[in-house]
Amino acid sequence: MPAMLALSRMIDTINERLGKAMGWLILAAVIVSSVNALVRFSINRSSNSWLELQWYLFGAVVLLGAAYTFKANEHIRIDILSSRLSQRSRDWIDVVGHLLFMMPLCLIIMWLGWPFFLRSFAQGEVSSSAGGLIVWPAKLLVPLGFTILFVQSISELIKRIAVIKGLIADPHGDTAGAHGTPVIE
Amino acid sequence: MAAIIAQNMAPIMFASLVVFLLIGYPVAFSLAACGLVFFFIGVELAPLSAGSINLSWSLLTALPERIYGVMNNETLLAIPFFTFMGLILERSGMAEDLLDTIGQLFGPVRGGLAYAVIFVGALLAATTGVVAASVISMGLISLPIMLRYGYDRRLASGVIAASGTLAQIIPPSLVLIVMADQLGRSVGDMYKGAFIPGLTLSVLYAGYVFLVTVVKPEMAPALPLEARSIPEDPALEPRQKWLTGFALLFVGVPLFYLIISLSEWIGGLAGFPFEVPDNAQWVGAVVASLLVFGRRLIDSGQRDDVPRWNTFAMIGIAAVGTALLSNWLDARFPDMPTDNVLIWSAFIATGLLYLLAMANRKSNLGLMSRMTEQVIIVLVPPLALIFLVLGTIFVGIATPTEAGAMGAAGGILLALAKQRLSLSLLKQAMDTTAKLSCFVVFILIGARVFSLTFYGVNGHTWVEHLLTSLPGGQVGFLIIVNLFVFVLAFFLDFFELAFIVIPLLGPAAEKLGIDLIWFGVILGVNMQTSFMHPPFGFALFYLRSVAPKNPFKDRLTGKMLDPVTTGQIYMGAIPFVVIQCIMVALVIMIPSMVMVYKAGEVKLDATQVQEQFNSIQLPPANDAPPELKF
Repeated sequence: MPAMLALSRMIDTINERLGKAMGWLILAAVIVSSVNALVRFSINRSSNSWLELQWYLFGAVVLLGAAYTFKANEHIRIDILSSRLSQRSRDWIDVVGHLLFMMPLCLIIMWLGWPFFLRSFAQGEVSSSAGGLIVWPAKLLVPLGFTILFVQSISELIKRIAVIKGLIADPHGDTAGAHGTPVIE
Repeated sequence: MAAIIAQNMAPIMFASLVVFLLIGYPVAFSLAACGLVFFFIGVELAPLSAGSINLSWSLLTALPERIYGVMNNETLLAIPFFTFMGLILERSGMAEDLLDTIGQLFGPVRGGLAYAVIFVGALLAATTGVVAASVISMGLISLPIMLRYGYDRRLASGVIAASGTLAQIIPPSLVLIVMADQLGRSVGDMYKGAFIPGLTLSVLYAGYVFLVTVVKPEMAPALPLEARSIPEDPALEPRQKWLTGFALLFVGVPLFYLIISLSEWIGGLAGFPFEVPDNAQWVGAVVASLLVFGRRLIDSGQRDDVPRWNTFAMIGIAAVGTALLSNWLDARFPDMPTDNVLIWSAFIATGLLYLLAMANRKSNLGLMSRMTEQVIIVLVPPLALIFLVLGTIFVGIATPTEAGAMGAAGGILLALAKQRLSLSLLKQAMDTTAKLSCFVVFILIGARVFSLTFYGVNGHTWVEHLLTSLPGGQVGFLIIVNLFVFVLAFFLDFFELAFIVIPLLGPAAEKLGIDLIWFGVILGVNMQTSFMHPPFGFALFYLRSVAPKNPFKDRLTGKMLDPVTTGQIYMGAIPFVVIQCIMVALVIMIPSMVMVYKAGEVKLDATQVQEQFNSIQLPPANDAPPELKF
């Protein structure tokens, strides 16, 4: 178990760094998009590659930041019933959820997503709009994001089992009675 | 047995979804898991289903494309932009400044602090789209003052929670973006449609506060003038008094002219037609304003609240200035559409007033009271941002996404100008925005995995049939759907409602000939209650987190004050939930409130064409037919 927990800590650190880095892409997207708009107003010209760049950035934030959001327990839950259960039952719900919901979902999308990316990569697919960007980096985000999410769910599973065994304190703190987790404070 | 299951897959799948969601695992993944489980069951049972299940293994390969399609969506890009903007503005103290200043301005009026909260709530709503930020800042700043001066605890907490949720319905709200995306309409139209209902709702809130002050004045007492903390220079007061008097005369004449003209019109409507000659209208206006405002010029012994009257006079001057300017602009550029003329002239007049306030502050001219200066200086930057964001969308020069990006950039510049932008603030805002975007978009990804199967088992035709066979036609449909959403809002929050429920309701509404923008706004107002329902409403939850839980010593007076109980917060929310329901009924009964979004479509000038062009959305590149946009 200590080896597992060490693995979990390593996964957490990497994904947290990655997630925090994704925040900067939001700032980048703001700048790209507002400069795009100003250029369009002032000299009435717009470039498809810059327009595409803004949602590439958005896609990267969403798919690569999902594992970090998962770690922070900020994917919203409906806990109207589960908040009445004991902490222990909620821990077991998480274990079962990680094993039966999360991991199979990630595995299926990884299994389908990597070929989806490789096809695009092999063809050197380019966006259909004039002057558009190459497509495969955006398509890469789908399998990559779910792979990272899968790795994070391993870490979450290890932590949850360790919590049940009483080896570590609950990383999410006491969540009883809260309707979801307030995301914006 | 298997055949029965196979032929009723859609209802079974929907019921299972409820179970999957109630387990309490993150919604996004429960949705996707439910979709995948039923995909496997569906493929196995397809031969027994007598054709009602169209699923095969090869369909599964569409999944990556569907997820890719969610990212490849310019509309959703507006969500992080508006969130980021709201967070930057909130953390840089804009809400605090506004509440403090507007509270001091309205304070000496009965119920004044409550009006200030509603006004600032609406203003914040029009710059951001974030509920929590407004509720928390108002709970931290206004609640202690309201408690200090003896406001009823239920009224105080209710008005704060309700005003905070205005961010959900007044554009640029996040829920309207999601709604437009899910219903396949343009966000710009959704914003235009929601604008008047949003303002009407704020007015209804204020009307409720007014009723309370009439029936039970002790619930919302006026603040003593001594509670004001903006220091005025007494040496400048006589000068300001004269200036205020003249300014009020200047504003008063057109005001009374308008009143006289209106009374003519109302008289005609009421069956007492009378006509006032043109010159008499002017003379009457001058006499009336001399009588009313001239008193302030002559009566120097009266201890009036000069700083406040000065503020109103200056705002009046800006309004008259806007009217004069728009007249001139209209004559100069006859081709310009009327709303553009108004927006531009208001922008110029406000800008000039701001410059005047700055000059007054630097030079100590004493043209304005400190209060006026303060009001103008805190009010104009957010107004400018509203112009930048909503003005550019409404006039049609920017898409909502571009406007969101410019708003976020503007928010950063504003925080920089106030010297309140720090690296940690920026990082915090980016971090929260990233997490919010993730969880929102992942619910959508989960919903799309779910819908792949749900569509395959003909779930959409099942729901559509169920809904279109409701009795009572359009109105019956709207009433039942609204009751349904109102009840669901007790359990689900608005993102879940928007992604799971709206796509099922949209096609049925369209089939019944209901305008989807109208439908979206009705549901938007309805879903706003999900923030205020006791005991799970988010706004109440946020307010609870900042309201005093134990008896506390007031910082200023040193008196011990009672805490705000959770029961009081719940009780306070109820009247506002009722107002909300009245508003839903109003929007249903008076569709023209929403339909103004169509007003611009007849005139096909260049900006309109551009806007139409911008609002064209390419159909998503995947297998699902456009009517089931999950």
